[in-house]
Amino acid sequence: MLSEDFGLNEPQQTLKRTPLHALHVELGAKLVPFAGYDMPVQYPMGILTEHQHTRAAAGLFDVSHMGQVRLTGKSGASAAKALEALVPADIQGLTPGQMRYTQFTNEKGGILDDLMVANTGDHLMLVVNASCKEADAARLRRHLANTCEIEELSTRALNALQGPQAADVLGRFAPQCRAMHFMTAAFLAIDGVTCYATRSGYTGEDGYEISMPGDAAERLTRRLLKEAEVKPIGLGARDSLRLEAGLCLYGNDIDQTTTPVEAALTWSIGKRRRSDGGFIGAEVIQRQLKEGAPRRLVGIRPEGRAPVRAHAEIQDRAGRRIGEVTSGGFGPTANGPVAMGYVETAHAAAGTDLQVIVRDNALPAKVAPLPFVPHRYHRG
Amino acid sequence: MSTVKFTEEHEWIKIEGDTGTVGITAYAQEQLGDVVYVELPAVGKQVEKGKEMAVVESVKAASEVYAPVSGAIVAANDKLAAEPATVNAEPMAGGWFVKIKLSKPAELDGLMDEAAYNKYLKGLH
Repeated sequence: MLSEDFGLNEPQQTLKRTPLHALHVELGAKLVPFAGYDMPVQYPMGILTEHQHTRAAAGLFDVSHMGQVRLTGKSGASAAKALEALVPADIQGLTPGQMRYTQFTNEKGGILDDLMVANTGDHLMLVVNASCKEADAARLRRHLANTCEIEELSTRALNALQGPQAADVLGRFAPQCRAMHFMTAAFLAIDGVTCYATRSGYTGEDGYEISMPGDAAERLTRRLLKEAEVKPIGLGARDSLRLEAGLCLYGNDIDQTTTPVEAALTWSIGKRRRSDGGFIGAEVIQRQLKEGAPRRLVGIRPEGRAPVRAHAEIQDRAGRRIGEVTSGGFGPTANGPVAMGYVETAHAAAGTDLQVIVRDNALPAKVAPLPFVPHRYHRG
Repeated sequence: MSTVKFTEEHEWIKIEGDTGTVGITAYAQEQLGDVVYVELPAVGKQVEKGKEMAVVESVKAASEVYAPVSGAIVAANDKLAAEPATVNAEPMAGGWFVKIKLSKPAELDGLMDEAAYNKYLKGLH
């Protein structure tokens, strides 16, 4: 009766380890293959408690498997201007210390990866998905080698400290982090080590992502875990937290066949970029912005208690197929099943009646506004 | 006097007369993690040994529970609808799933006793 969804489709190969692997083992984590890495899916506390702890206090996530890339403009060239050829966000408009969410797009307007871009002042810092990082680096080299220095910071670790007490905790080490606003970045000295922190994350909570040298990561992580509010949190809770926050998971909710407009990520496309284009796939995306997209990613609230999982068919109440669930599960904070999926645009309005097919039963559901749990970012 | 038998799929069945109470083992609930939903068959339904009988869902995944023996469902644990976490807290007691009236009692001979199941678990690691 036991099946694992994490790691099920992973090829059998030697798994890579983050600088925190030994610490995960010591903490009693259950490790699973994820994007080629041996990663903690949960600790002895369990996914439900880890989820609730992050919403109530502070959770520490090892996200060192994600790719960190430094882009520096070569002699007079602007890295921001160069990167804009590959992403639809306004990168040139990022002032030093600001960061933005965007996507690498293909010719059809599909999403090759989603990423964060921060302007450090003299270069750009990119954080990309683990499963896409090799392809992303190759793409950057292919398109930007003439204008930018492209450095994969593969020895660095990345920790996400998330939750309403994250600022209190990190503030004990680096008081200036308290003044940072959501989606800003700064170099912080934490216990004598220079780290690059952004006030961001993927849980819907206030918090930070902290890039640190790999050889200092275990010591700093142990130091943070000594704080009473902080518990280690695995990928299982990371997934339920981001789903409740209505945030897309690459490979599930967005991929090469979905555009940013269909994925309800229009907000991340810069105003100037909408009119001027100049990124791969701009024609498709500009046309969808003007004329609308055929389908749209929406939140879905099933009526009963049964979780609805990815790939479940979505129908209108008359039983006609109108889409498919892309992420779904039990939302511990929402206290019930929550899901996201694509539906034909005519059915995308909040409150629209749907049904979702689970084990041959049609379960009544409604289109729900996202996020399922309100974001609590520190916007200052 | 009752006997408890186990399947390789980590179900247990406690036999009393011609009826067996069925649930999942402590090992199974630990592997699954926090149970958030249990789907049980209706009373009166006929189940067949080795075929899907119920579904147990944790935060991360849905898993099938197979009937350890053939027979008719004579009771389902309605408490699990409101308190699915009982499966984690008391897998071998309050977290039972269904009671089955055995139609082929000889099927029990193919199941493991507790000692054999514990040995089987050791072999999984």
